[in-house]
Amino acid sequence: MEQTAKVTKTKINFRQYGMIIALVILALFFFVTTNGRFGKPMNVYNIIMQNGYVLVLAIGMLLPILTGSIDLSVGSVVAVVSAFAGVMMYNWGMPVWITIIICIISGIIIGLWQGFWIAMVNMPPFIATLGGMLIFRGLTLVILQGKTLAPLPSSYVQISSGYVKDYIGNLFGIKSSLNITTIVVAIIFCILILIGQLNSRKQKLKYGFEVSSVGSVFLKTAIISAAILLVFWRLALYKGIPYVLLIVGVLALFYNFILTKTTLGRHIYAVGGNAKAAELSGIDIRRVKYIIYINMAFMSAVAGIVFSARLNSASPLAGQGFEMDAIAACYLGGASASGGIGTITGALVGGLIMGILNNGMSLMGISSDVQQIVKGLVVIFAVAFDILSKNKSSR
Amino acid sequence: MEKILLEMQSITKEFPGVRALDNVTFQVREGEIHALVGENGAGKSTLMNVLSGWYPHGSYEGKIIYDGNECKFFNLKDSEKVGIVIIHQELGLIPYLSIAENMFLGNETAHKVGPLEVIDWNECHNKAIMMLNRVGLDENPETLVKDIGVGKQQMVEIARALAKNVRLLIMDEPTASLNDADSQRLLQMVQGMKEHGITCIIISHKLNEVEEIADAITVIRDGATIETLYKGIDEITQSRIIKDMVGREMTDQYPKRVPKIGQIGFEVRDWNVYHPLYEGRKVIDNVSFNVRKGEIVGFAGLMGSGRTELAMSIFGKAYGKDISGKIIKDGKEVEFRNIADAINQGVMYLTEDRKGAGLNLIDDIRHNITIANLQAISDRSVINENEEIKVANEYRKRLNIRSTGILQPTGTLSGGNQQKVMLSRGLFSDPDVLILDEPTRGIDVGSKYEIYTFMNQLVEEGKCLIFISSEMPELLGMCDRVYVLNEGRIISELKGSEITQERIMDDILTDTRKRAKNGANSKSNENEN
Repeated sequence: MEQTAKVTKTKINFRQYGMIIALVILALFFFVTTNGRFGKPMNVYNIIMQNGYVLVLAIGMLLPILTGSIDLSVGSVVAVVSAFAGVMMYNWGMPVWITIIICIISGIIIGLWQGFWIAMVNMPPFIATLGGMLIFRGLTLVILQGKTLAPLPSSYVQISSGYVKDYIGNLFGIKSSLNITTIVVAIIFCILILIGQLNSRKQKLKYGFEVSSVGSVFLKTAIISAAILLVFWRLALYKGIPYVLLIVGVLALFYNFILTKTTLGRHIYAVGGNAKAAELSGIDIRRVKYIIYINMAFMSAVAGIVFSARLNSASPLAGQGFEMDAIAACYLGGASASGGIGTITGALVGGLIMGILNNGMSLMGISSDVQQIVKGLVVIFAVAFDILSKNKSSR
Repeated sequence: MEKILLEMQSITKEFPGVRALDNVTFQVREGEIHALVGENGAGKSTLMNVLSGWYPHGSYEGKIIYDGNECKFFNLKDSEKVGIVIIHQELGLIPYLSIAENMFLGNETAHKVGPLEVIDWNECHNKAIMMLNRVGLDENPETLVKDIGVGKQQMVEIARALAKNVRLLIMDEPTASLNDADSQRLLQMVQGMKEHGITCIIISHKLNEVEEIADAITVIRDGATIETLYKGIDEITQSRIIKDMVGREMTDQYPKRVPKIGQIGFEVRDWNVYHPLYEGRKVIDNVSFNVRKGEIVGFAGLMGSGRTELAMSIFGKAYGKDISGKIIKDGKEVEFRNIADAINQGVMYLTEDRKGAGLNLIDDIRHNITIANLQAISDRSVINENEEIKVANEYRKRLNIRSTGILQPTGTLSGGNQQKVMLSRGLFSDPDVLILDEPTRGIDVGSKYEIYTFMNQLVEEGKCLIFISSEMPELLGMCDRVYVLNEGRIISELKGSEITQERIMDDILTDTRKRAKNGANSKSNENEN
């Protein structure tokens, strides 16, 4: 009775809030050091394009990390799916939509293969996916015979470089440098958030729980809305909402719902927190693991499509090291390496920090080798800070 | 005997928001066995961690005077240097290393070769054999620790302390995971060490043991010393200690209940279970038993007698393979294909291993209570979080779970409160048959009483309760009927006044002797053939 859900958030997501603040500071830093180039509409657009696939992978990777392991095969699966796509469209001239469906299905089949070893044979995921990493990289080389296939059909490339046209602006015949549709979508989104917040408050009142005041609900929504509007305003000044943002947004909302609101999500956290206890509570651990690794391969397939569309080619070297980017994003966003702790928001924030670092440093003219060093140090310092602050409070 | 070896003066230790120790004073005379008792969370372990340097000097207030000098320990090494060794409740041995390797871990006999230290294994083994002899353990020092029993492991821990030239040995609940016979051996061992001039501090919940072997007993409650009793000077009785510990008179350790026993609600017939790894090893051998509605049925037996294995194999085949036999619930034969199936059909098992296999320690009380029955608070797999909060708050209140709220992680709760969270989970899954495996292990007297009271409430509602325990007094105090298990079989069924500690032990020993004889006979028969 005496506590509301608000208290959980401030307690558990401390590191995550810290990371959101870090993200904002980082953005401001680059804005200043690049004389505003960082905040230019085209650059905001670029950041989303460049990081779409990493964010998709980070969302997928959070699930294995929540159960205390990682999937190493992600980069290779991205590559093999890109290779399928390239061969089907470039060599065989198959239609784009059939290609996409077959790519997604092949991702799921790869997931079934890996899930079989992990869930049924009880193989440590690290080893099963290490094997997968080698197998699917090799398969990519076999399929492409070492060659890069390019270009791909323009409607395929649209997936990653396309954007939502200004339907509303055109409908009303408004001539403006702003993309009206983008602004309208942003406003509708903000209103939905407000309704959602008020609704959950109403539900709590119905149960007689203590709730935060209407004013603070409005304030919270206002802050979130301001951030959304800022980004969408920049996008509206350029082309509009990129399809990639739609894909990432839908996936993020969906997986956040699964993890926080459904029994499956709860089961995943329970397995990560204490697998034996979860088993004795009647949770089918094999099923949970199977679902997680099928899903990870599915998400890798999605990322493979987005990535090959962005490159406008199927390359044998595609996706190298992607798994590490995804893992780093999750850890940066507050996930625990031993499982049971982590959120979708965290993984996205972690992924964005890495993406903004890349983009900002490139704008500043820092070479890519130095960028690597900086990113490595950021991961280590962020996690070290978290461990130290935890130790302090427990001793 | 009268020389003071250790004096801890006005120790105060604070954690954020809690004062764990408040001006505690603690004196130990040289060569005595000094028992430290108190409820869980009273501050015993914290006090010992201050003494051993686990909490470094400066992180607490007060003075430690050892052997006449004030000591400032900054880590465990510092305190070990002067002969203070602590053996923690959870064994600190590494299972895949040998006895000798464990014994000299961090304390190896080594020669310097350049910058390296090369271990002299011959010397280590010789020393290990010497130490093992002193604790009366006849084992090859090269045996892996995982291959010896828990009782022997505890002895290895002591031998390891001896190898460090211990003067003051601190043992945190040394007998918590031991059966009666092993406990007796260990306690004799400890008394024997007195003659070697080793002083001992024992933290224990088993008051009968404390009463038996301690020369002095200090009681701690809520982070403060209540009193120290000396053998021969003060009158030491369990009831006095309990009164000091809980701060009130405990007239009865077991709440009274008028049995209202109904029909047979749960029955198991001809139950056989084989070991999951060793081919052909029978773990449960043709066991049949029944539980009536409103009845508490106890399972007595030594460690390894198969009680946990029996319970888990019934609970949706959570243990063992090639399981055969019949389960009859409310007169109908049922089958539990897996654990979820068993829970759905109204059978719940709560593990003896609270931390290892019971709770998700990093998650909060709320989620731990609902995890086994999420469908009750969900609509088509979507959890109603408000309903969940309501449910968790109800159980927190009903079982008196002492915490800051339902959002406190279970890892930060005391043992008794953790057990109450487990019970809440069991009840929320709404079972007709509840199997409790060592529900009071390692928890304080006050919480025990609350759990007993709660068990009584449950059977009054007409549920079947199976109660597995290694503490015989609680079986005598709580059960309507007791089955005695030995080596995977039920050897006797005791009712009412037949349930006595002597009778149970006697049955077990007779059976063990009989089996040993039969085993020898069948072997000699084989030889003749």
